Amino acid sequence: MAADTVPAVETAARAASIREEFPILGIEAHGRRLAYLDNAATTQKPREVIDAIAGYYTTSNANVHRGVHLLSERATAAFEGARDDVAAYFGAAHRHEIIFTRNATEGINLVAQSWGGRHLAAGDEVLISAMEHHSNIVPWQLACERTGAVLKVVPIDDRGALDMEAFGRLLGPRTKIVAMTQLSNALGTVTPMAEIIRAAHDAGAVVLVDGAQAAYHLPVHVQALGADFYVATGHKLYGPTGIGVLYGREALLDAMPPYQGGGDMIASVTFEKSTWNTLPYKFEAGTPHIEGAVGLGAATRFIRRIGFDWIAAHEADLLAYATAAVSAVPGVRLVGTAPVKASIVSFVMDGVHPHDIGTVVDRMGVAIRTGHHCAQPVMARFGVPATARASLAMYNTREDIDQLVDALHDVRRVFA
Amino acid sequence: MSDGLQELYQEVILDHNRRPRNFRVIAGGATQEGYNPLCGDRVLVSMAIDHGVVRDVAFEGQGCAIAKASASLMTEALKGLTVAEAQERFAQFQSMVTSAHDEPPADLGKLSVLAGVREFPTRVKCASLAWHAAKAVLDGAPAAPVSTE
Ligand SMILES: Cc1ncc(COP(=O)(O)O)c(C=O)c1O
Repeated sequence: MAADTVPAVETAARAASIREEFPILGIEAHGRRLAYLDNAATTQKPREVIDAIAGYYTTSNANVHRGVHLLSERATAAFEGARDDVAAYFGAAHRHEIIFTRNATEGINLVAQSWGGRHLAAGDEVLISAMEHHSNIVPWQLACERTGAVLKVVPIDDRGALDMEAFGRLLGPRTKIVAMTQLSNALGTVTPMAEIIRAAHDAGAVVLVDGAQAAYHLPVHVQALGADFYVATGHKLYGPTGIGVLYGREALLDAMPPYQGGGDMIASVTFEKSTWNTLPYKFEAGTPHIEGAVGLGAATRFIRRIGFDWIAAHEADLLAYATAAVSAVPGVRLVGTAPVKASIVSFVMDGVHPHDIGTVVDRMGVAIRTGHHCAQPVMARFGVPATARASLAMYNTREDIDQLVDALHDVRRVFA
Repeated sequence: MSDGLQELYQEVILDHNRRPRNFRVIAGGATQEGYNPLCGDRVLVSMAIDHGVVRDVAFEGQGCAIAKASASLMTEALKGLTVAEAQERFAQFQSMVTSAHDEPPADLGKLSVLAGVREFPTRVKCASLAWHAAKAVLDGAPAAPVSTE
C-alpha cells in the first residue's frame, strides 16, 4: 500500500496542521495542553463541519420535502446533498440505500426489528461475536425474544482476535443473519470482514456490519465489501451527534416493513389504510435531523479531502508508537493484542483501578475513557471489571502519547 | 501533581486503599450489595446489629481507591454507633460530599479526608457506594442491590 511509504516525520507535520483545523483542540484542560485520546467515544469536529452547520442555519433553515418556498428548497437540497456525500463516502450503489438514523444504535435496532420481524422465526439463529458493543447485542436479544430465534456468539481468543474456526463451525443453515463489528471499540481488533461476509453469503445468511468504529479509521466501500447492511454514527465521523447512517441493499430495504410511522414516510394516508413512501423515506418518519445530516455530509467531505491513505498510515504509525510507549510503563498490561488492530490501546495497571488512572491523567490534560466501554462481555472475557482506554484519531500526535505516558508515570507515583 | 489531586488522594485515602480495614464478610450479619452500573464496581457491606447498636461493620468487593477507602473509613466510623446515630452519620457524609466545593466542609473527623471528592463530580458516586449499601442495611435491608444511579 502506498500509505506505508509515507515517512513518519511527514505524517507528524501533517497531523499537527490537521490539529489546527479542530478549534476545540486549542483549549486548555486544567491549565495544560489538551491531549484528547477519547476518540472512540466521540471525535472532535473540524471547523468545516461547525461552519456547515452554522451556515445552514444562517442561510437555509426550513423544513424539508414539503415547502415550495426558497428556504425549503435550499434546506431540501442541503439535506439530500448530504445523502449524496454519505452514499459516495460508503460506496453505495444508490443514494436511496442511505437511511439517516439517530446513530449506529438506531440503525441496528431498525434492522433487528424490521428485517428481523419479517425474516426471523423460532429455531433460526443470529450470529454475533464476543466483542460486540452492547448496541449490537441487546437489539438482537430483543428480536430473538420476539421471534424465538436463538442468539449465538463467536468467541475471541486471548489476544482479542475473532476465532475464525469457531465462526466456521457456528455458521450453519439456521444462521439467518451475522451481525458483527468491523473494529472493536474495547480491544481495537479489526475483524476479517470480507472473509466473514463471503462465508456468511455461502451459508445463505445476510450480514450487518457494525461500522461505528471502523468508518473513520478504515476506507469503507460497502459494495466491494459485500455488506448487506452497514451502520455508522455521525459523531465518531468528525460530525455531529444525533445523526447516523444505515446502508442497506436496495432489494433488502424494499422488502422490509417500515420501522416507525409518521410524516414523510407515507405515500398516502386514509383512516382505512396508508401506503408507504419509496426508499429512503419509508424509513425516515418525521422531520429529520437536517442540520445533523448537513454536518455529517461536510464531515465525510473533510475526511475524503484528508484521505484514508494518509489517515491509515498516520494512525498505524501512532498506534505502534503508543502501544510500545504505554506497555513500557511499569505495571501496565495491554488488553487486546490481536494481530490486526487499529486506533485503540486498552490497558490495566497493577494495583490501580482504571477510574483512578482516568482522574489523575485528566488533571494532566489527558482525556481517556475508563470503564467497561459498553462491552461488559469483553471485560468478563478478560477477567477485568474495567480498563483504561486511549483511542486515536487523525489529529493525534506523538506529543499526545508522550503526555499520556508522562501522566501514567504520575499515576504510578501517586499509587506507589 | 495538582492541588485538587493532592486533596483527593490524601495519604489516609491511599493507605485505606492499599490496606482496607474490615475487609471481610461478617458471618450471620445483615448484608447489602452496592453496585455502580457506570463502572461495574461492587461492594458487599455486612453489619452485625444488636439491640439497636452497630457492633461490627465490614465490606468486601472491588472498586477504585475512592470507593475502597470510603468503604474502609466507613466501617471504622460506624462501628459502635446506635442505628439512629449511624443513619445521622450517613446524612452528614452525603451532605459533605455533595456540598459546594468552595464552602468549608463539615467536620466529620477522619471522614473529612473524603471532602476532596467535591471537586470531582464524577467521583462522588464512588465515595457514596458503600454508604448507600450501609444505609439500606440500617433502614431494614431490602433484597435487591442498591444502585448509585
Ligand atoms: C463498536 C460500536 N458499535 C456501536 C456503537 C454505538 O454508537 P452510538 O452510541 O452512536 O449509536 C459504538 C459507540 O460507542 C461502538 O463503538
